[in-house]
Parts: sequence; structure tokens; C-alpha cells
Amino acid sequence: MTLEQRALLEKEETRKIKILAALACRFRIEMFDILHAKQTGHWGGASSACEILTALYFHRLCLDPKNPDWEDRDRFILSKGHASLLLYTVLAYRGFFEPEILASFRDIDSTLQGHPYMNKTPGVDMSTGALGHGISVGVGIALAARLLKKSYHSYVMVGEGCLNEGQSWEAILSAAKYKPEGLTLMVDYNGVQLDGPSKDIMPLEPLADKFKAFGWNILDEVYDGNDMKAVFQSFRELDRIVGWPKVVLYHTVKGKGVSFMEGRNTWHGAPIDDSSYAAGRPELAAFFEQALAEVM
Amino acid sequence: MGETMRDAFGKYLAKLGNYRDDLVVLDADVSSSTKSSYFAKAFPDRFFNVGVAESNMVDIAGGLATASLRPVVNAFAIFLSLKATDQIRNVLAYNRLPVVLVGAYGGLSDSFDGASHQSLEDIAIMRSIPGLEVLIPADSSEALRALEYALEQDCPVYIRLNRNQVPDLEARSDDQPMTRIRALRSGRDVTIAASGICVSIALKAAEILADYGISAEVLNVASIKPLDISTLSASVARTARLVTAEEHSIVGGLGSACAEALSEKGIAFRLHRIGVRDCYTESGPYDILLAKYGISVDEIVRQASALIS
Repeated sequence: MTLEQRALLEKEETRKIKILAALACRFRIEMFDILHAKQTGHWGGASSACEILTALYFHRLCLDPKNPDWEDRDRFILSKGHASLLLYTVLAYRGFFEPEILASFRDIDSTLQGHPYMNKTPGVDMSTGALGHGISVGVGIALAARLLKKSYHSYVMVGEGCLNEGQSWEAILSAAKYKPEGLTLMVDYNGVQLDGPSKDIMPLEPLADKFKAFGWNILDEVYDGNDMKAVFQSFRELDRIVGWPKVVLYHTVKGKGVSFMEGRNTWHGAPIDDSSYAAGRPELAAFFEQALAEVM
Repeated sequence: MGETMRDAFGKYLAKLGNYRDDLVVLDADVSSSTKSSYFAKAFPDRFFNVGVAESNMVDIAGGLATASLRPVVNAFAIFLSLKATDQIRNVLAYNRLPVVLVGAYGGLSDSFDGASHQSLEDIAIMRSIPGLEVLIPADSSEALRALEYALEQDCPVYIRLNRNQVPDLEARSDDQPMTRIRALRSGRDVTIAASGICVSIALKAAEILADYGISAEVLNVASIKPLDISTLSASVARTARLVTAEEHSIVGGLGSACAEALSEKGIAFRLHRIGVRDCYTESGPYDILLAKYGISVDEIVRQASALIS
């Protein structure tokens, strides 16, 4: 590759990063509106993982929205299923279903259940909600690729709550045993769970050391999961390191984008009341305008 | 009486591996007990021993099933039903993933290991999960039929096996579907609906009852879910008396299933449920243990006679 070509590629990627950063900001507004309108759903963990899922679905996963069950597609398991609205928003704008359907989130007869349900929502690869299932299922899906001689990748996202569950550690052990090709775990490490700060509820530190000790290939750096550029860097690093399974930790902010909600466990799943909505939405709008200005 | 049910099942599973490339088998460090070891030896690439981690095992199987593989999961019935309930419900059944769950050492059949290893609630638990079928083969040949049946379904199926040798019954013919109740003996005075090892016990009881002039109909209920209500209700509508016999708690198993179905049908009948009567069991030789906890020929004879008197 010539220097000129490389420079061109970098320029294209820089532009894509800016576009996706703006898209993530736009998704936050969409989610905030829906959660307020519905008075049910989980803002904190949806907001914290917004850049990572946007980057996955618009930059990394090999998918065909017109053929959601395509057997060679990459898989994504949102083990922290309470961030369902984020997954739905990303899937809708990626083309799996009409974005208008998002307004039916959690309604009777809706295809968008409170937590992801693979048999109702196109693009959902595994139903989740009860915490702790994702890594195990991911191991199974990745092992299936080995047996069927397929080259799809399997991504699993967990939060701290998932890593509180004993099953996750059974799965982490078994992934180290079988080393399934294509299995990548992403930790949305926002530091807060339903009842309070994770360090008070159930400390996970030293988390990176735990993964190392369990035999996983972990990225040395902990990335800022709310910075699109850093998320792209983490993807490059994931491609660079050799050996499976892989894990990457992302520091994120729970409730990201609304100052008075950030890092507050109250906003794990509390309904967004009118005054909080009125105060919070302009903040999200400002972030979006700013991100958009960077694209232009 | 031939080889143990688990040996017959394990060998057959390995045999099926020759014909089905999509068959994958998982075990939780008990393959030499469940006899999935036969498959492991024949097809090491398609066998996953995940260690003593039933929950993880069931979800790995779920993941494999999403990619059109056909996993068969093996563990002790008690640990599968108690340690992997969430996984069976929320991953397998909710998503309708066709995984075969094989509960080894069902009922009291792990007799010497004691109450911690005896599975007396598994049927109640499995039966309450929507979209999960529940089978209890009565002998080795029916266990093989159950496996064939389960592998043809597009939903998860739980098959509860016995650890030990069980008497061979008259083989189920091809026109007798797995989910149909089989009448192994016809009678007019009392219906004995039994499952698993209790079927052969019930047949012996029926012979003794005949000596007393009591005509007992013996039904083999190999499928607890779906339950063949029409065959059951036709029998009980005639006899008006039902003894259920199961190697399980009387709470939530075969007896409960029959009572619920027949009551809703509006059939008037007298009922006695043979099974472990809501208590913890203990170690001991299998036959003696069954008898101590009320699962015996004598107990069926006694209770059937009592319903008639």
C-alpha cells in the first residue's frame, strides 16, 4: 500500500468514526424519547454501550439485514439484555426492521419485548434478560462454527451484573478449554449496577488479571467505550492479537449523555419522569449537534 | 432383563453418531456414569465434557442448536433439573431450541448415593416449563425410541432415564407413537397409570390383583408431556378408579398431571397417587429403598384394593 493510499484510508476511517459518533448520539436521543414515552425500560446500560453497539453493527459485524438468519452471519449476544432498546434501535436503523416499530417497545403484541427475544425480533441472535447466559451461549455458537467449518465471528457483551453470575465463570473456564475460534467478549464496564456502584455490590477487580489468569487473550488497554475513535482502536487491536477467546474491557459511563443521570444507579431502570426528560433531552441534543458539526 | 438402561442408551447414542453428522453430545463430568462415554470415544470432536457445570453445559448446547446442530445433553437428573432450570427455561424452551436433555439416574435409581442424588422433583419442574416435552421410558427399548423421537422434534425434550437394569416390556410397535399411552393390560375395575420402573411393578401388581378377582388396567404413560388425555380419560371413565405410580414426589409429577387432566374433563373417579410422599429419601439397595418409600407391588395392590372396597 502506498503512503497516499494509506492516508486516504485513514481519512475515510476518521470520517466514518465521526459519522458513527454522531449516529450514536442520535440513537441516544431516540432511546431517551422512547423510554420517556413508555415510562418503562433501562436507560443506564443502554446509554453506556451505545458507541460500542453502533460501531459493531455499522462497522464490524458481517450481516445481511434482509436475511437475518443467514447462516454465515456474525453473531452478537447482548448478555446484558436489559439494554434491549439499544439493540433494537441499532437493528432498526441497520435495516432489520422499520424504525417506526421502535415506538411499540414493551407494548402488548409488540415484536419488541422488554428483553431481547430471538423468535420475535429480526436480527436478535439470542434471547437474553436473565443475566449470565451470554458467554455460555457464545461458546456454543462459536463451537458450532468450528464443527460446521464456518468462519463467522461470535461477539458477546456483558456488564458487571453478568459477571456477578457464577455461570459466567463456568463459561469463561470452558472457553479457555475449547478456545473457540471467533469468540470475542466485550465488557461494558460502567462501574454501576442496579443497587449501586459495582465495587460496593460485588467487586470485580482486578478484572483484567482475572481474565488473564483464566487463560483468555485480553487487550492490554482498557478502552473508552464512549469514544468512537477508541472503540475503533480496540477493533484494530482485536484483529492484531492472536489466539482465542479474546476479551476487551471498555470503561463506559452509565447513563452517558445526561449529566445528572451519569453514574447513578437510580437510572439503571427507573422510568424517565417529565422533569428529568425536559432537563436531559437538551443535553443529548447538544451532544448530537456537536457531533454532527464535526462531520460537516 | 438385559443390560442397564443407561448402557443401552449410551451405546445407541454412539450408534446414531454414525448416521447423523449433526449430533453433538455434552456431559458434565459424569460420562462414565451416563454412558455418553461411548459417544465420546467414537466421536471425540463432537463430544464436549464441560466439567461439573450443568448450567453452562445447557447454554452451550443452546448455542450449538442455534446453528442447526442437534445437541444431546447428559447429566444426573437431579442436577440437570435443579442447577440448569433457568437455562432450560430461558434459553432452550423459550427459544424453542431442539436440544435433547437426558436426565440420568432418575428417581431413586441412584439408590446408594442417597437423597442428594435422587431425583424426585425433576418431572414437576420440567413439566411446568412451556414448550418442553417430558418423557419417562419404561425399559431400555423404549429409552431408545424416546431418543429417536426426541431427535425428530423441533423443540427441547427431556428424557428421564433409570440407572439400573429394568425388566423388558413388550416392545412398542411402530404404530404406537411415543406420546401415546400404551395399555399393557386391559381391565375394568381400576386403572393403574404408571411411568418408568413403576410400569413393570404395576404389571406384577395387576397379576396379584387378578388373583383377588380385581381386573386392573395398566397404562404405560411414557410421555408426561404431552399427556395422552384421551386414552387416559377413556380408561378412567370406564373404571372410575385410578392409581398412579411413579418414582417421583407425589407433588407435580405423573399423579398430578393425571389428576389435573381428568378433573378438568369432569370425570368422576377415586384416586390414589403412589410415589414419594413429600419427604426426603435415603441410601440403600434400590428395591428396598423403593419399597420403604411406598413404591412397590404390595403398595399398588393395597391401594388399588382400597379404592375398590
